[in-house]
Amino acid sequence: MIALLIALPLLGALAAWLTPDNRRRPLVLPVVGGVHLLLTLALLAETPPPALGGWIILDPLGKLVLLEVSILFFCCAIYSVGYLAYRRERSNRVLCMGLPLCLGAMSLACVSQHLGLLWVAIESTTLAMAPLIYFNRNARSIEATWKYMLICSIGIAMALLGLYFLAYATVVARQEPTLLLAPLLAQARGLSPAWLNGAFIFLLVGFGTKIGLAPLHTWKPDAYGEAPGLVGALLAGGLVNCGFLGICRIYQICLAAGTTTFFRDALTLLGFLSMGFAAVFVLRQADFKRLLAYSSVEHVGFMAIGFGLGRGAIPGTVFHLLTNGLTKGVLFLTAANIHRSYNSKRAERVRGVMDRLPWSGWLFMLALFAVTGSPPFATFLSEFMILSGLFADGREIAGVTVILLFAVIFTGMALTILPILTGRGGSDLDDSGYRDRLLTVAPPLALLLVTLLLGIWIPAPLREILDATAAMLGVGS
Amino acid sequence: MNTFADQLLVLVFLLNFMVLGSSRIGIAIRVVAVQGMVLGLIPSLIHQVSPHLLLISVGMVGVKGFLIPALLNRAVRTVGIKREETPFLGYVPIMLVGAVATALAFLFADKLPLAPQHKDLLFVPAAIATLMTGFLLLVSRKKAISQVTGYLILENGIFIFGLLLTEAMPVMVEAGALLDLLVGIFVMGIIINQISQEFSSIDTSRLTSLKE
Repeated sequence: MIALLIALPLLGALAAWLTPDNRRRPLVLPVVGGVHLLLTLALLAETPPPALGGWIILDPLGKLVLLEVSILFFCCAIYSVGYLAYRRERSNRVLCMGLPLCLGAMSLACVSQHLGLLWVAIESTTLAMAPLIYFNRNARSIEATWKYMLICSIGIAMALLGLYFLAYATVVARQEPTLLLAPLLAQARGLSPAWLNGAFIFLLVGFGTKIGLAPLHTWKPDAYGEAPGLVGALLAGGLVNCGFLGICRIYQICLAAGTTTFFRDALTLLGFLSMGFAAVFVLRQADFKRLLAYSSVEHVGFMAIGFGLGRGAIPGTVFHLLTNGLTKGVLFLTAANIHRSYNSKRAERVRGVMDRLPWSGWLFMLALFAVTGSPPFATFLSEFMILSGLFADGREIAGVTVILLFAVIFTGMALTILPILTGRGGSDLDDSGYRDRLLTVAPPLALLLVTLLLGIWIPAPLREILDATAAMLGVGS
Repeated sequence: MNTFADQLLVLVFLLNFMVLGSSRIGIAIRVVAVQGMVLGLIPSLIHQVSPHLLLISVGMVGVKGFLIPALLNRAVRTVGIKREETPFLGYVPIMLVGAVATALAFLFADKLPLAPQHKDLLFVPAAIATLMTGFLLLVSRKKAISQVTGYLILENGIFIFGLLLTEAMPVMVEAGALLDLLVGIFVMGIIINQISQEFSSIDTSRLTSLKE
């Protein structure tokens, strides 16, 4: 069944490649997304046994990321049918192939227990996304793609070096060399500490580039700003979580080795740096898609702080992985609708969205409140859990700093976005004729409803997964 | 691990300096190809020949020695650029920086807690020096293709470190690494073509429309 989870998207990509008709090709995506979601739910209900000699295991952490990725992808897939109907002039073959390929790689990342395989999977997602950022085929998008490709490729290389260091730590310790998670965790205490720390730092830099932790985030505003909205949603909600999956795996080894201080301090430092960068750049940002990129940098930093300070903050951080990913989907999809209608993503060229696109406008506004952690959305719950965990552990200074940074970033985002939504539209503004349609509004609406639902009620099976994931990441230790 | 492999690594050091000092992109691509092939031969030389190691060698020589250079040469031909004319840092200064980095690599490698069978070999200093060379190229060159050669040298440095693990690591990871590298370079090649169409140049210092 797990094999099907990975094979299905690959078959979908093949089908998209073979379909000659630009009009029918996007229909492949919702089919792949829908079946993938059903498969995921079936796998969550009944955990399959380990496969391929322990290389493939679906553990709670993998389940959590898989669920989030699958829901997000399904919504983006439905959205893509509506979106591509507006882009008939352009061949969508590459987009329709790249999205399922990326889904397959993300699914593989969720189930792989061999760190080498995990690395291959995570990096395949990076590669599969590159042509999609270039969908608009203009000078700006080529610049964004080049920066993304070069910086992320160097990140890929650094992560590989980190993996080699990790394997070498077992050689120096005269143990059976392996990169399988279970034996690594079992023998972690005997590993050479110097090489282990070397591995941590390079893996953190590698995966940190992938998730866009400052100061390795420089590709992010460009790529998120120039990519189509649904690609941005998958980058911010899907690839970021896969990157965190990698970081969590290293974290597990750290915990088992009993040398967490170094890794945690590095994560916390980068986390605060990211939130700081986001706070500075959000304030003067007139491009609302780039604004969302900085919001992503902010939340990546926030989660890094949650993992870095650990202990009481872990359950909230784990939950935030899920909620943040879904909310990012709403933001990017609705932002894309606004961009489409006004032919611009500059704040001074967009006004009166509430009048022209009431659904997108309201969804964007609600998502803005959700992403900044307002009740009753699930993001409020997860952010509250993290902060209360920090205070319960006696980390008042960290907690207060995070709250202050949140306040600054919220103000910055609201100052740019509220005038866009509420101001009066005028005849000087561009109008592409795009208006809200079911296919481009229903997916973000569904994502927002899921976030709302999770804020009020977490189903028992999901709670089990969340608790088990938190336990894997050493809650309370 | 034998002395022959060590002598091959001396060649790798020399090739690093050749890339740093050459302004012609065609030569840089050829030098990187030779470096990749030399490195590809080492696993089969230092260990008992096994199908697994042979596969790595054949894969390395094929991909780094022939496939990637062919892709890059095609990109060079389409965009019609032969030289890196104005790098951010001149050719003589950068070779001096490269020399300092190589010296530091030896000093640093001496301090590392290596496994006893790997002491007094050139592998670790060669890995660090090659990594540094790659970084130097990435930050000092303007042309997109030169940056790709820098990235390839960076990858070679990592591969040299991986040589210490050839028996320990399963072939799948290395195959995956090669494949990722190949696809990565392929994608970069396509982007380079597009950059040259949009900007009629592959000078990445002109890519400045996206900034704060």
